[in-house]
Amino acid sequence: MIRFEHVIKYFGERKVLDSVNFKVERGETFVIVGFSGAGKSVTLKHMIRLLTPDIGKIYVGDELMSTASGADLVRLREKFGMLFQDAALLEWMSVFDNVALPLREKTNMSNAAIEKRVEEKLRQVNLDGVHDAMPSELSGGMRKRVGLARAIVMNPDIILYDEPTSGLDPVTSRAIDQLIDRMRLELKVTSVVVTHDLFSALAIGTRIAMIYDGRILEISRPRDFIRSQNEIVKRFLDAQYITQRGAWERTDHETQ
Amino acid sequence: MITHEPEFLPPPSNLRGRLGRSVLLACRNAGRALLILWEAVLSLRFVFSKRSRPVVLQQLYITGIKSLGVISVVAMFTGMILALQMGLELRKYGQEVNIGLAVMVTMLREMGPFMTALILAASVGSAMAAELGTMTVSEEIAALEVMSISPVRFLVMPRLAAMMIMTPILTFYACMLGVVGGAIVGSTQLGVSVPAYIDNALRWAENKDLYVGLLKSFVFGIMITTICCYEGFATTEGAVGVGRATRRSVVISFLAILVVGYIITRLFYQ
Ligand SMILES: Nc1ncnc2c1ncn2[C@@H]1O[C@H](COP(=O)(O)OP(=O)(O)OP(=O)(O)O)[C@@H](O)[C@H]1O
Ligand SMILES: [Mg+2]
Repeated sequence: MIRFEHVIKYFGERKVLDSVNFKVERGETFVIVGFSGAGKSVTLKHMIRLLTPDIGKIYVGDELMSTASGADLVRLREKFGMLFQDAALLEWMSVFDNVALPLREKTNMSNAAIEKRVEEKLRQVNLDGVHDAMPSELSGGMRKRVGLARAIVMNPDIILYDEPTSGLDPVTSRAIDQLIDRMRLELKVTSVVVTHDLFSALAIGTRIAMIYDGRILEISRPRDFIRSQNEIVKRFLDAQYITQRGAWERTDHETQ
Repeated sequence: MITHEPEFLPPPSNLRGRLGRSVLLACRNAGRALLILWEAVLSLRFVFSKRSRPVVLQQLYITGIKSLGVISVVAMFTGMILALQMGLELRKYGQEVNIGLAVMVTMLREMGPFMTALILAASVGSAMAAELGTMTVSEEIAALEVMSISPVRFLVMPRLAAMMIMTPILTFYACMLGVVGGAIVGSTQLGVSVPAYIDNALRWAENKDLYVGLLKSFVFGIMITTICCYEGFATTEGAVGVGRATRRSVVISFLAILVVGYIITRLFYQ
């Protein structure tokens, strides 16, 4: 569905993506993990052409995304929904208007239909009764969920999530995980999820890719990922108390 | 595309390099600004569409009604100052009745469009740059582009429409208030009766003065919107960048108003 071929990107002298190669299959939940500043958001932005590779090609379906322009680009982008890392809500519009925006601007749906769809999406992200609130009145986690509702409101084929669960409480995080999983199972949506949260990566990912300093270190299925022999991947797993047995354990309690 | 990738230019090696680059960048930026203007003009056909109408009305309100107070005060005092200064000189020759003509023509030709444009650039224009700049750095513009909603149609077009309509109206209003201010000074300080003042003003002022003034203000309105929206979209680097975009938008607008004002005057009054 999305294919990166030898993508190289420089920001000034700095190589932020170094020959990135991978393929996201249709109907997959592809999780990208990595340290802060590794290039996860940059990778995600390349998929939707907010950034253009200096060298290399990016395909969406069979079409070249990295050079598309005009009407082609619009058509390709319409396949996508995207949740930005900081939600990117329009501050001067209410929550309802933010979520309804793509429907109002891009479709001819009636007001009643729009209202129904927005209600449904807000309920899916566990947000109720904040319709008329302005984004500035919401907590970080609520903003994120509004952004998520906006990303899925057009029922896109591909959804890109930049840290959907960061800043959320554990219960809501799991609800978002379930939402992502449900969309894959029921609607055959292809998702690319950038996250720090290894628990949700292991729970929802069909494959996990680890980016380190602009390079892909490892792409594997969750159960292989936690057994990885790569030193950096191991360090990343250890830091979140995930051992090869799957869950975390604290040794000091056991010795008492 | 409105969102541009971050730019990293190597530091210029010498003065000539720096100068050359500034000129090239200025040309490129002017080109980008003109492209935004072009797209905004093309999308003016949506100005009365159902989804744009509320936004356009809101912009009309912000541009027109909210600036009314300061424009009134400034226009009134400009008229009064003009009348007083010229009246005192003209009185030496017993010609003080001609302040009517002097105030009217000065306001219509130059002061009205000029002052209104400066006030709008400083208040409405800087707000545009700050708003769009904040939206740019918080990735809201990128989000619009990802949703294939043109930021120009969605954000610039209503502002452009509001400025195209409101700048000439406000200019006309400023001119009239200036003339009223002149009349007040004339009758209280210079002994020129109000009917004589009005008569003198209307007898000698030409329609051409009015039309050229309004044309000027129309052009100023378009320029302010283009410059300020462009600067907003070109913002980088967070809050500091928004501050810089706002300052640049006001400074560039002021300069452009002066230069273009001169050019238009030169074109119509040889
Ligand atoms: N607009 C920009 N200008 C300059 N450098 C940038 C810009 N955006 C990203 N970078 C650089 O690119 C690198 C990768 O950034 P990216 O945003 O992809 O990190 P990330 O993996 O998403 O990190 P995080 O988990 O903190 O969000 C970083 O080193 C960053 O400094
Ligand atoms: Mg990021």
